[in-house]
Amino acid sequence: MNPSTAVYRGMKRAGIDFAASVPCVNLQQLLALAGGDPAIIHVPVTREEEGVGLCAGAWMGGRRPALLMQNSGLGNCINALASLDQLFGIPLLMIISHRGSAGEPMVGQMPMGRLTAGLLDTMEIASFSPTPSEAEETVERAWCLAAKEGKPVAVLLDLEFWRGK
Amino acid sequence: MRRIEAIALAAGTAEAQDALLVCNIGFPSRELFAVNDRVGNFYMLGSMGLASSIGLGLALARPGRRVIVLDGDGSVLMNLGTLATIAHRAPKNYLLAILDNCCYGSTGSQSTCTHLGTDLEKIAKGAGVAGARTVTDAEGFSRALQDDGVVVMKVEVGNADVPVIDLSPQQLLSRFVKAASMPPVNE
Repeated sequence: MNPSTAVYRGMKRAGIDFAASVPCVNLQQLLALAGGDPAIIHVPVTREEEGVGLCAGAWMGGRRPALLMQNSGLGNCINALASLDQLFGIPLLMIISHRGSAGEPMVGQMPMGRLTAGLLDTMEIASFSPTPSEAEETVERAWCLAAKEGKPVAVLLDLEFWRGK
Repeated sequence: MRRIEAIALAAGTAEAQDALLVCNIGFPSRELFAVNDRVGNFYMLGSMGLASSIGLGLALARPGRRVIVLDGDGSVLMNLGTLATIAHRAPKNYLLAILDNCCYGSTGSQSTCTHLGTDLEKIAKGAGVAGARTVTDAEGFSRALQDDGVVVMKVEVGNADVPVIDLSPQQLLSRFVKAASMPPVNE
């Protein structure tokens, strides 16, 4: 299955109806799918941390939120993930394009690419890295875990994933 | 006007409007808790800069509910992109009230850039919030609290002598979510 379609179907299965996003080249198709879905309120934001705030407010208002971003943006939201979502117990599904993994052509992506898994681990944020064929189910499972435990959960999708592997 | 007086005015208006009130970190939340605690108040305990974003997400999720955000100049300066996002979405049920005391009031009153002349009304207008305005007294603030968009309310430096909030984050969130899930009174 097309990797973007698989993630989108997982979001739909999870009942995601609110999405904040900062673009990544690998999220192009997914952003178009979410943006074109009348059942999803899609808010492009200026910075990932802003998206954490929007998603928290949307959840307080009864929505099921997802934050779509690149792993570089994870660094921009660490305090908010800890002192808003984890402090209060607010669920969030993070769909993260993981740049800086094997085959990355851009040198600027390498530092955060190397550090992303460790950052999530340090923050005690559960992280899933499915193949495209697993993604639909994994994305739904990731949201269910976030909702059950009231915390942010990450789905980390590297370059191989977006190449359909 | 003292900030706690502006907060009391906003809280009374929010109560009369059955509006949900999202309040900034630090002394503003403590002052709000002291002067008019309601289950419809959300006290942001961390995540400095994100009160306006939390309120916007809530307003978009619940278009039938009015949402007022009490924010500060230092916090908005930390998340200026929020003004562009607010301008772009412009929900009619959303008001961002920036209480501008020209300093970081909760950390020792160090000056912010508004002390040096940075104009948050002009920044909001430049971001696309056409109706953004600045008010300086109770009458102007009262009128603005009936509106949507962005208002900058100039307040005095200084914190009131109020205690810390004695509810846990989980208690604060669960009662607020319950209040937010209620249909509006006038529906």
